[in-house]
Amino acid sequence: MTATTGAKPLVNAYASGRLAKPVPWALLGATLLVSAVSFVFIWMAEPETEYNIAAAVFLGVVGYAAAIYVVSRLVEGPRPAMNRLITTLVVLTFVIALLPLISLMFTVIVNGLPRFDATFFTWSMRNVVGEGGGAIHAIIGTLLMTGTAALISIPVGLLTSIYLVEYGRGPLARAITFFVDVMTGIPSIVAGLFAYALFTLIFGPGVRLGIAGAIALAVLMVPVVVRSSEEMLRLVPNELREASYALGVPKWLTVLKIVLPTSMAGITTGVMLAVARVIGETAPLLVAAGFTTNVNWNLFDGRMQSLPVFVYSSYVSQGTNAAASLDRAWAGALTLIVIVMLLNLIGRLVARVFAPKVGR
Amino acid sequence: MKITRTGGIAALALAGTLALSSCAANEPGTGGNDDQPSGLSGTLIGAGASSQQSAQEAWVAAFQTANPDVTVEYDPVGSGGGRDTFKAGGSQFAGSDRAFKLDEIEADDFGACIAGTDIIEIPAYISPIAVIFNLDGIDSLNLDAATLAGIFTGQITKWNDAAIASQNDGVELPDLQITPVHRGDDSGTTANFTDYLAVAAPEVWTVGSIESWPAEFGGEAANQTSGMVDAVTNGTGTIGYADASRAGDLGTVAVKVGDEYVPYSPEAAAAIVDASPLEEGRGEFDLAVSLERDSTASGVYPIVLISYLIACTEYAEGAPVELVKEYLAYVVSAEGQQAAQEAAGSAPISDTLREKALAGINSIK
Amino acid sequence: MTAPTDRNRPVQRLGDRVFSGSALAAGSMILGALALVAGFLVLQSVPAFTTPPDEISILGDKNLWDYAWPLIFGTIWAAILALVIAIPISIGIALFISHYAPRRLAQSLGYIVDLLAAVPSVVFGLWGGNVLAPLVQPFYVWLWESFSWIPLFAGPPSGTGRTILTAAVVLAVMVLPIITAISREVFLQTPKLHEEAALALGATRWEMIRMTVFPFGRAGIISASMLGLGRALGETMAVAMVLSATGLVTFNLISSGNPSTIAANIALSFPEAYGTNVNVLIATGLMLFAITLIVNALARIVVNRRKAFSGAN
Repeated sequence: MTATTGAKPLVNAYASGRLAKPVPWALLGATLLVSAVSFVFIWMAEPETEYNIAAAVFLGVVGYAAAIYVVSRLVEGPRPAMNRLITTLVVLTFVIALLPLISLMFTVIVNGLPRFDATFFTWSMRNVVGEGGGAIHAIIGTLLMTGTAALISIPVGLLTSIYLVEYGRGPLARAITFFVDVMTGIPSIVAGLFAYALFTLIFGPGVRLGIAGAIALAVLMVPVVVRSSEEMLRLVPNELREASYALGVPKWLTVLKIVLPTSMAGITTGVMLAVARVIGETAPLLVAAGFTTNVNWNLFDGRMQSLPVFVYSSYVSQGTNAAASLDRAWAGALTLIVIVMLLNLIGRLVARVFAPKVGR
Repeated sequence: MKITRTGGIAALALAGTLALSSCAANEPGTGGNDDQPSGLSGTLIGAGASSQQSAQEAWVAAFQTANPDVTVEYDPVGSGGGRDTFKAGGSQFAGSDRAFKLDEIEADDFGACIAGTDIIEIPAYISPIAVIFNLDGIDSLNLDAATLAGIFTGQITKWNDAAIASQNDGVELPDLQITPVHRGDDSGTTANFTDYLAVAAPEVWTVGSIESWPAEFGGEAANQTSGMVDAVTNGTGTIGYADASRAGDLGTVAVKVGDEYVPYSPEAAAAIVDASPLEEGRGEFDLAVSLERDSTASGVYPIVLISYLIACTEYAEGAPVELVKEYLAYVVSAEGQQAAQEAAGSAPISDTLREKALAGINSIK
Repeated sequence: MTAPTDRNRPVQRLGDRVFSGSALAAGSMILGALALVAGFLVLQSVPAFTTPPDEISILGDKNLWDYAWPLIFGTIWAAILALVIAIPISIGIALFISHYAPRRLAQSLGYIVDLLAAVPSVVFGLWGGNVLAPLVQPFYVWLWESFSWIPLFAGPPSGTGRTILTAAVVLAVMVLPIITAISREVFLQTPKLHEEAALALGATRWEMIRMTVFPFGRAGIISASMLGLGRALGETMAVAMVLSATGLVTFNLISSGNPSTIAANIALSFPEAYGTNVNVLIATGLMLFAITLIVNALARIVVNRRKAFSGAN
């Protein structure tokens, strides 16, 4: 039925063996309409149920995929038909991926905006009970600890990936590659326990420090940096390296001036992913860096609050004024996302400055 | 990348120096200690049960307001973590949903205390646990312990079961599947709730007091009090148990004690603690309560969580003894308990208990 | 140094030595850190194996393996489900951004997907438990009514929707940006000449992608998937906040009885753990470590079978 409704405008285009441009759109509209109408019938049969929009859209889209394949196969032949089907699916995956993102963003923004105010960014939680209070102590802690973790893990990770791609041969390189993979599987809380145990050995029992949190984050961050940078470095064509060697450029300069800039965009993406991964970690920071309501600038002395822990504890421990606590939690989540977005933006700008100007 | 990071940190550091030592608008700067009304200063570190966190926040806030140069850190790592930290000497006091067991006290010395001395345990945070459910149009149900145990062991599966209906004349119960929700994480709330079931309905609830739920009872698992409340709120025909302050708009169960049904209330929760004896064989100021959950006294609500504050009787050298004493004294004082009730919905301790606790606190060296 | 270096540069310069030395040092540092972590794990889990099970309260009446087995099963099962959902979608998104979307649009679209990576796991947990779970619950009821003869949907459906399938969807959403970002970069690196040659021979866009982009990017996709798998296996808070874990071993996707995962179980049990219970939890952490080791070894074997140093060869 869908095929016949959509096939009508095809007649003119048939001669050329290709579907005219508006045909797919017409098909899409037709299938959606058919699906919507049929669900109206179902709804009228059982009026006590709600009209099922999601199912109607879903059926319409599936119907479109089938219809475009059949129509295109009839008109254009099997290969273009496959091509159209895949195009539909690829676009569809993107739309599917957008759904949770939109839902998430909507939830976070709607719930986070009420407390996204000046107090939130100038107050800590010292002496605050119930309403009010802010997250400046958590923001400072997150930036300090994530920054330190990045300062440790980006050089180490980048150098390691350079070693693996440019220098490493033999068992050592294989071992590093393998164990970096293993490291990606360290559960975040185990990293936290490790950092906590390490600093307990040095400073005595029960010690909780910002730097311990940073070390835990670095343990989590390094393998992600290595893995993604390695992938990007490997993609740099050998011809580029060989051209450089042929000009008499030493290997280290080749790496520094040719290989790194070529893969800069990819490496930045990887690093940003790594930062985004660790900046939202809760469990290791709770174990290693502890919990506090006060601002602490010193990584080496005393507990340090971080945004994820702030969000988590505001959610977990709501007290009698639950609404105020939840509002703080959502505002904290929104802040965290905004921080990562800003970092991402900066990273991209930097990548653009360093990247060679090639058409891509 | 590295450039942005260092740049960012430099900018942060700059912002930090500009805004004095602490840039939070509500915190005192370094130069702010001109007048010291109390003379107390320093940092006191505690760690332990997350159940106490809201109450601790209220206590800490009030105590720090009265003594601006004091910082009290309470780290809600959990009861087990809190006890271990205290034992290792990593904190000056601990919060725990249960008292130390006798063999635990005898087995090791406590890191923060002088070896061989007793510890002080104060039941400072008493919180009723509400049995909450989500049924349209029903705010309250009467249930006895055996029915509750039947529901939570999966033996009673429908809301209109005869066992429930017979206790609730005039309530229209729906023909709906019961989804019992229990805590998926190990928690003091579960331990206290199952302890009640084990004591009050031993023939139905046969596994005793447990911290983690047996898989064969089925039901839904939710994590933390917030997860429990969310699961009960978002589900259909759900029933669970949570800290009473979080019951909100959910329906709550009045529990059968003796011949009457008692809804939860702070007073009824405090009453059961007063009606229960202290545990035998402990140190003079080790106020571990042995709850009589099968008490038939009038007006007691038997499902309560007692969270203890644990400190040394004699601290090792260098510990902020004055701070510990002042802080604990504030916590057990009438104002402190009042603040906790407002912030966390807990039940204030009675005057008799307060006297015993204060005697212990004053003896701290 | 072996063949390729010799051919390029027989004489080692100072800069080279410093550079390769520091690279080597960084690599060794990682090995050292890992050895420390592994050593810590092993050392801390020894008491869990040596203490008699009836002296450890967290185990109940079971021994260590009976305690750990549902967790191991749950960890792998949830991660596999998540990857089954995430990999096709991520490849689709990566293709969309690299080869389908208008070039001007592509970068901002990539940025939008990267945004997903910016969402902290706590927020995923909140969203999964309070928005997604109630949303999919009626769908689970429908699945149960229509397909209860399939063991996966044997039901009875959960009243709250907090099942392992919901957790897997949340995990899938979390690993999407990781797999997408790397696949996208890899796809973009496909040599233009290969693509143009395929198109010139009359291939449709899909045939061009199948013949040039996929072979070129296969190792990258596997690598990206492994990175995603690592995250899915180790994810703690989101699973802990979404999943209704009762410790059953079951393939049932929609009932309220689900196996927990190792990481979530550690996070949830750790605060109340004391004494040897902590060692038991760390021992399960060691098992997770071992699982990742095996999974990654398998993945390496797959990748190495098609090894090519650089795609441009």
